[in-house]
Amino acid sequence: MRNLLRWETALVFLLIVVALTGQVSTDGSFLSGGNLFYLGLDIGEIALIALPLTLVIVAGEIDLSVASVLGLASALVGWLWNAGWPLETILPVVVVAGALAGAVNGLLVTRLGLPSLAVTIGTLALYRGLALVVLGDTAVADFPAAYTDFGTTPVPGTDIPYPIVLAAVLALLFGVALHASSFGRSVYAIGANEEGARFSGIRVKRVKLTLFVLAGAVAAVAGIVYTFRFSSARADNGVGLELAVVAAVLLGGVSIFGGRGSLFGVLAGVLLLGGLRNLLILQDTSTEVLTIVTGLLLLVSVLAPSITRRVATLRKVTP
Amino acid sequence: MTTQLGDAVAPPSNRRTTARRLSTRVGRVRELGIVVALALVVIPTAIVNPRFVQPQSLRDLLLNASIVALLAVGQTLVVVTRNVDLSVGSVLGLSAFLTAQHFADHPGTPLLAGIGLGVAVGLACGLLNGLLVALGNVPSLVVTLGTLYVFRGVDYALAQGRQVNAADLPDALLALGSSRVLGIPVLVLITLAIVAVAAVYLRSYRSGRELYALGSNPEAAALAGIPVARRTLTTFVLSGLVAGLAGALWVARYGTVDAAAGTGLELQVVAAVVVGGVAIFGGSGTVAGAALGALLLGTITSCLVVLQIPAFWQQAISGALLLSAITVDRLLALRLARALRSAEGTSHA
Repeated sequence: MRNLLRWETALVFLLIVVALTGQVSTDGSFLSGGNLFYLGLDIGEIALIALPLTLVIVAGEIDLSVASVLGLASALVGWLWNAGWPLETILPVVVVAGALAGAVNGLLVTRLGLPSLAVTIGTLALYRGLALVVLGDTAVADFPAAYTDFGTTPVPGTDIPYPIVLAAVLALLFGVALHASSFGRSVYAIGANEEGARFSGIRVKRVKLTLFVLAGAVAAVAGIVYTFRFSSARADNGVGLELAVVAAVLLGGVSIFGGRGSLFGVLAGVLLLGGLRNLLILQDTSTEVLTIVTGLLLLVSVLAPSITRRVATLRKVTP
Repeated sequence: MTTQLGDAVAPPSNRRTTARRLSTRVGRVRELGIVVALALVVIPTAIVNPRFVQPQSLRDLLLNASIVALLAVGQTLVVVTRNVDLSVGSVLGLSAFLTAQHFADHPGTPLLAGIGLGVAVGLACGLLNGLLVALGNVPSLVVTLGTLYVFRGVDYALAQGRQVNAADLPDALLALGSSRVLGIPVLVLITLAIVAVAAVYLRSYRSGRELYALGSNPEAAALAGIPVARRTLTTFVLSGLVAGLAGALWVARYGTVDAAAGTGLELQVVAAVVVGGVAIFGGSGTVAGAALGALLLGTITSCLVVLQIPAFWQQAISGALLLSAITVDRLLALRLARALRSAEGTSHA
């Protein structure tokens, strides 16, 4: 637990360093309202998906299909819009479709006892494939401005993008669910010791199924946000985003083995990843360097606990 | 194993041998299953379009599957030990670009030296993965997810948007990608040779068997004196090496290479391995199965083209195939466990 706190302190410290370096090196434009607006837009989908994925990983599972659910949701929005449905109907239907996609993952994992890694690599291909089947390689872009404005304009009077408001509300809900409810405690218990959790009366399968359904539903919401932000529904929206989301969650101090991590850390991780990317973009850094930085951050975030553990044991051995 | 003991004790071992027979059959059923699936895909396609089974299109079929099959061999070694290497697509891309660029900048490079460069690049990448996994005590999924980014980023940074075209490459290299021996493309022969070497290694060599032990129960393997870290390191080095070779062969096959070569290939490879019957949680599977898995996935793609089904279906189908493969495996394993348990019950009685 203390290790964890230290990791989150380190993240906040790093965030401040990034913010200050950004502020100095860009002559104050890094923390300007306009740039923060774009930063917020840029991390919107990652922040959204990272919330349920945190719970999934804390429970000791993984969901690599989230970006494909995002793409499937985007494709469905376009397809149903082309079919003449009103957006008021499309949006709830798409979120339900996302929840169903998550339920398929969850049922395969809980009912058949399959490893979630293999299942969600399979559904990663399956859902992306279905997105392509639904929409092909066409793009649907003629959405009404009333909706696409949500993805391109800030909340009136502020510099806060709408997706961030949405993410903040969901973060609050997920935060309460994970850290201040018996459901959240059971998620930790399952991740720390699944068998022990089962013997203490936790409905392991039901909790896990719920988590996968939540991941699917929120990924679909992220798909809607993505579609309106670029006012373009495409089957290949968000390809590869799962890697960035997993990177952000692990960077936030969640253990890939389950049982440890906090939503606060993950939010800090998302901000750090987004802030660093934004800063590098402002410095005209090429996208290839961004890719390298994302990968290195992920490696560092998983190596750091392992190294500190080693140092700690070394210290214990040599008094 | 305990055959003699069981036979000597009493007739109840009947059920026991049933269980054992079932367990060996499960292994074989798997490869047979893929062959049946292949037939189910090929025969209807051939009926609709007889040209599908002409030598030329069969050759293309094998050629298209050979690079994924090659990567699947390296991946099998890793997955058998309960790890995974997601960086293979990026390693292939990096190796392909560096090999192609070297050939383009130094036209006099001997063929083998150039390919050796690709292999060396792959080996270095694999060594880095292996060191991080084996010494850092970090799960391979996360490490190779990270290096997937890093290697691809380095690839883009080195390429700077450039592209190497077939015109810049030596004829000997391009010939390698298109020439045939006894009617079989050389690339396919290379893949077959590597499948054979890896199969013999996994089946008959001590360190090869130890990989299975490592995957079925890492703690027990360590207690039994198996050098866990060294074996793990070796599998990642070999996977990287094979991916490096695949990168060089990619250049030979396609001729045009930019930094994006092999993007997303890792998922196809993992799908091929799992469809081929290698358990994602380690301890079982064969390279031949993995190679057949790659062939099946490649064949499905080709059949979709021949049957004029939109290519969009291809990804959905390979996903569904992967899911059904692991589901069937799971159900078989459950049945096997039940059979073994009941056999144990009778022998104790």
